[in-house]
Amino acid sequence: MNSMTTEQIRALIARGKMKDTIFQALGIICLAIGLLVIFLLVGDMLIRGLERLNLDFFFQYASRRAAQSGILSAWVGSLLVMLVTAVAAVPLGVAAGIYLEEYARRNWVTDIIEINITNLAAVPSIVYGLLALGIFVYAFGFGQSILSAGLTLALLILPIVIVATREAIRAIPAMIREGSMAVGATRWQTCRYHIIPYSMPGILTGVIIGLARAIGETAPIITIGALTFIAFLPPVPFTATGVDGATAGLFDWVMSPFTVMPIQIFNWTSRPDPAFEANAAAAGFVLMGMVLSMNGLAIWLRYRMRKNIKW
Amino acid sequence: MQIQENPALKAEARNLSFFYGNTQALKGINMPIHDKKVTALIGPSGCGKSTYLRSFNRMHDLYPGNRYEGEIRFFPDNTNLLSPEVDPIEVRMRIGMVFQKPNPFPKTIYENVAYGLRVRGERNKRTLDDKVEHALRGAAIWDEVKDRLQDLAPNLSGGQQQRLCIARALATDPELLLFDEPTSALDPIATGAIEELVHELKKRVTILIVTHNMQQAARVSDYTAYMYLGEMIEFGKTDEIFLKPNDKRTEDYITGRMG
Repeated sequence: MNSMTTEQIRALIARGKMKDTIFQALGIICLAIGLLVIFLLVGDMLIRGLERLNLDFFFQYASRRAAQSGILSAWVGSLLVMLVTAVAAVPLGVAAGIYLEEYARRNWVTDIIEINITNLAAVPSIVYGLLALGIFVYAFGFGQSILSAGLTLALLILPIVIVATREAIRAIPAMIREGSMAVGATRWQTCRYHIIPYSMPGILTGVIIGLARAIGETAPIITIGALTFIAFLPPVPFTATGVDGATAGLFDWVMSPFTVMPIQIFNWTSRPDPAFEANAAAAGFVLMGMVLSMNGLAIWLRYRMRKNIKW
Repeated sequence: MQIQENPALKAEARNLSFFYGNTQALKGINMPIHDKKVTALIGPSGCGKSTYLRSFNRMHDLYPGNRYEGEIRFFPDNTNLLSPEVDPIEVRMRIGMVFQKPNPFPKTIYENVAYGLRVRGERNKRTLDDKVEHALRGAAIWDEVKDRLQDLAPNLSGGQQQRLCIARALATDPELLLFDEPTSALDPIATGAIEELVHELKKRVTILIVTHNMQQAARVSDYTAYMYLGEMIEFGKTDEIFLKPNDKRTEDYITGRMG
């Protein structure tokens, strides 16, 4: 029997819709819990750090007196470390991703590489710190420098960049690749004219999200020996800010000692003087701002670049 | 080396078989492709017509686990297109292809057509301009796009996109043009335009076209091949195939009793 009265059909739909409503409410509650926690954390940091959030805070070095302490060396250090990280991780990760998607044959070797990359993303960051201490700091003799820190974090985000690259490449329809090959293009010409430009929005998003993760990393940076109290900036190229007032070279800054935002925050929270708590909260708020604006930049870039790419 | 066996032939499949892994998709196909004529491939879905078409420009080489047996001889130089010594890129430089779904690159109209020339190392702006215009005229789309060559190609209508893809293939002067169901994603008016174009193009280039549409095969082709389950059942002049097929299976298909 398949005939139902209109009333029966309506009752059936009503019961179905009831479940829709219940699930919707549940979803909104779950979402609200997550958002609320973030807002509380950020709001709490803002309130406690508000008294310290002024321009001087950004342009003063750390000091023994809480009220005169600032985050100049920390945010400059964070930015420079991120620069090294991006310069190292992007070419390596993008090239590896392109190779795996466009060139590598599908066999057990690539399967093993694939599993390894996935696992690499799950390695605790402190392990990268230990590795970097042995390789970059001692074996390569880079010391406790911006270069060592940048390369360490580059290793850390390399799997993120590779995975983002591969996913962006996979989103390109096969017919575009075939269209390119059909006019007689080589694989490299196809990569250069099509695969790389069309996957750029996805790759950039992945890179920025990786950098946003790296900028908050503390453990590996402590392991390689970032200092917690720095009252100077790395040498600026071609100015008399080098060792003993000598003219600094273009890349002298990469060998400079440094500190970064999370370490500065960690240092302040471990001081016995409660006045430093406000500094830590204010610096935490600034770090949050840096991470959120990086994510915002990723979203904006993706939106802008994807506007012109459709199949 | 033999120079040319039959002056009227552009290509000839000889005992061509094709395997996806262990699955045999083409079974010993023998078939001539006549020079400056349109040859249509018809048959039910899964009969191997697209697989056969894509053997001509070695598209199957892009994916692992594919294997050819037999030969496709290409004239006048009598090259075996499937020979492992022949680079698939060389084959694709001589044989153009238009796909089932229009697949313009997300670039400007100009860059889409110029791409094949750039791949061949052409840098001269004037040469590029000339050849792009010539190809767009050849694909009967020049008048519609001449004032907006810098617009993005995916903003064109489906029919215009497909004619752009034909222009892209024509820009490099192919000797043979492969069409893989070029109108299956288009409306009747756009389809008509493409069919007219195919008719016009055969003055310059040999055409091999896969189609699901029997009226289309009858309208545009000089020769027709009926394929079924990976085999070439019947090949002949289009009139003869449609008016008095020799094989019962061909007759069943074209009269709509099967397929």
